[in-house]
Amino acid sequence: MANVEKDLISGQNTTGHEWDGIKELDTPLPKWWVYIFWACIVWSIGYYVVYPSIPFLGSYTKGMFQYSSRNELTKDLAAQAAQRGAWLKDFQGKEAADIAKDEKLLRYAMAGGKAAFNENCAPCHGVGGAGSLGFANLTDDEWIWGGKLEQIQQTITHGIRSDDADGRMQEMTKFGVDGVLKAAEIDQVADFIVGLSTGKADAAAPGAQLFADNCVACHGEGGVGNQDMGAPALNNAIFTQVKGDKASIVAQVTNPKHGVMPAWGARLPAETIKMLAIYVHSLGGGQK
Amino acid sequence: MFSHKIFETNALVLIVGIVVSVAIGGLVEIIPLFTIENTIEKVEGVRPYSPLELAGRSIYVREGCYNCHSQMIRPFRDEVERYGHYSLAAESQYDHPFQWASKRTGPDLARVGGKYSNDWHVKHMVNPRSVVSQSIMPTYAHMQRPLAGINYIAGEMKTLRLVGTPYTDEQIANAVADLEAQAKGGDAAKAVEARYPKAKIGDFDGKPEVISEMDALIAYLQMLGTLVDFKSVKPELVNR
Repeated sequence: MANVEKDLISGQNTTGHEWDGIKELDTPLPKWWVYIFWACIVWSIGYYVVYPSIPFLGSYTKGMFQYSSRNELTKDLAAQAAQRGAWLKDFQGKEAADIAKDEKLLRYAMAGGKAAFNENCAPCHGVGGAGSLGFANLTDDEWIWGGKLEQIQQTITHGIRSDDADGRMQEMTKFGVDGVLKAAEIDQVADFIVGLSTGKADAAAPGAQLFADNCVACHGEGGVGNQDMGAPALNNAIFTQVKGDKASIVAQVTNPKHGVMPAWGARLPAETIKMLAIYVHSLGGGQK
Repeated sequence: MFSHKIFETNALVLIVGIVVSVAIGGLVEIIPLFTIENTIEKVEGVRPYSPLELAGRSIYVREGCYNCHSQMIRPFRDEVERYGHYSLAAESQYDHPFQWASKRTGPDLARVGGKYSNDWHVKHMVNPRSVVSQSIMPTYAHMQRPLAGINYIAGEMKTLRLVGTPYTDEQIANAVADLEAQAKGGDAAKAVEARYPKAKIGDFDGKPEVISEMDALIAYLQMLGTLVDFKSVKPELVNR
């Protein structure tokens, strides 16, 4: 450019603009900045070539290495399967009971079972399996649907009152709502059950006959429970769906609450379910 | 050398220059959106929300659940291990707006459907600490109140149809009836299942006499992530 006027003090070119005697400097951008700017542009061209980038109407440029995060995942999972395969083939081929007999496999199952339990089961059954009102305690030897390894595995796989056709489905009769027992009778039978659960059953009480006529079919003689029907034992103070006081038992006999457990068979791999069964079985109350 | 002077001294040239540069920026961002359809995987099973689920989804948005819960399982090994199959674009195609969210104070909910019982959801919403002692989730006991605005649900579905959700006339005509039937179960609910396959039916909050906000929200949560049967999905269809 011709006739560029230099600023006398800084020695820089000016733009030639002047406002009230103040002239605008035309300082060039720092060299380092300009170089980085151009380097970024060159880098981005490389990026276009290497990675998926430009969208078209029906697809997009796939890039030199066909990168895809979903394909990467598939590879990751395959590598994981290969890594675990040595262990998991035993979990696929063997029954849970046989796995539990092998010390090395058992240790693997306990670690895997604990991780899966904390993610999937702990929200209801509590960390460590202590349960809470409405959700069974898994650390005692009181089982509603059975505490043998294969029974636990069955419950986890198919659930309780779940969407699974093979789930455990039985429900208690709604003695009050369906009019099987009158309010006064429910009151009497509740008295008897409170006695039964605290070891003070009164065989002469009017509730005893009502219990024998209505409850024994599922809950068993003396309230020992029946795991095939999911009828909990009533001869101890362990209750799951309700508290053990009389008002709660009256409510339960009148219009029973039923626990629901999702089926995990479609959600978790069969190997994980075996690990879970072994883990839960070990929590304290597993039955032979 | 190129000079700014021509732009700085001619308003018209400046205007044309601005229009051209904004247009280039705009087109680069807008044109790819016209091809958005081909980013949606062609998988079976994804359907518009049932009226009750839609009401539940509105509560989910109203309560700001997305502030702490994402609905986006990313294609990483650890996420797939914990939450299940990674989320597909197809699964949020009827979300206006989507609920992917960006922050996980709580766990991801993209596949929470069927993971817990209805009873658990009620207890957890009323008092999260009663079932998960270390939880920092606020209580949502107020959602036990009756669901308001049931009669507006058909209008909401019509609005969604305007923006592309394929609700049929039949679905809109039966909206209120379907909403009530899904929350109450019984024979009327069979029509709901026919119109909205895999919808969860029944009284969700344990109080059959009233349709509560809890009913709607749990109906929505129990459906999340359950629509696509991944056993029938071919990997090459979704790999991209």
